[in-house]
Amino acid sequence: MSVDFILFYAFAVMAIGSALLLVSIRNTARALFLLFIVLFAMAGLYLFALADFVAITQILVYVGGVLILLIFAFMLSNKSLLSDIHTVSHRLTALPNLPSFLLASVFLAILLFALSSWNNNMPEWMAAAEADGSLIQPTENNIRMLGFKFMTQYVLPFEIISIFLMMALIGAAHISRKGERP
Amino acid sequence: MISITHFLIVSAIIFCIGVYAILAKRNAIMILVGIELMINASILNFVAFARYDSVNYGGQVFALFAIVLAAAAVAVGLAIILNVYRHYKTIDPKNINELKD
Repeated sequence: MSVDFILFYAFAVMAIGSALLLVSIRNTARALFLLFIVLFAMAGLYLFALADFVAITQILVYVGGVLILLIFAFMLSNKSLLSDIHTVSHRLTALPNLPSFLLASVFLAILLFALSSWNNNMPEWMAAAEADGSLIQPTENNIRMLGFKFMTQYVLPFEIISIFLMMALIGAAHISRKGERP
Repeated sequence: MISITHFLIVSAIIFCIGVYAILAKRNAIMILVGIELMINASILNFVAFARYDSVNYGGQVFALFAIVLAAAAVAVGLAIILNVYRHYKTIDPKNINELKD
């Protein structure tokens, strides 16, 4: 077992374990800080798929932006903490949560069954890429290729998504404004 | 080189944890966190398949698009949650059951 397998399993166990702890903990603030660990571990997993720019963007956007927004919203609406403490069920599989636990685990079983039956015959484009050895190599200059692709082949989705992001941020600022609401 | 099956198993487990968070939590912020977990699982799938595509780089490009979409969704969703909290004084989705004032 080589060192990259050990690191991959360490990141995977960190992500899955803290995600499980995130859904089973009662305190929302602790759950949000556990989300930090999940997002960092997922960024580490992206590195093992040779997507370094996606991993850095994940850390910048999620940890720098999304998580700060979530913590702000939690602190502005934390009166509901009191009602959260007084609930009776503490365990993961307590009776009110049993249907959702069953549904999630059955869905996981379906996904794993589909995965096990898929693995025998790969799609032909993946088999062709594996046959002629045109996989992305660790020595390749990934960010340079992504820049070329964004400005040539995918320039229309790039522009659409930038305008969409601007619309969403202006809309969010408009919705959360305080005064003169009808 | 880690095979693609490992990535797919990890992403399936994270996705189902997100499904559980959406179904079981009684706090709108935790439901948004569940949606974030599901989006992260799908981004891991995109990135894992992108290694086989060294011509188009479609997987990594659309993983970046998915990150931007998730950020926009969280911004609008949190604005709506804050407005709902200002109006109802709660963010439990069970208690929010009427549209008009």
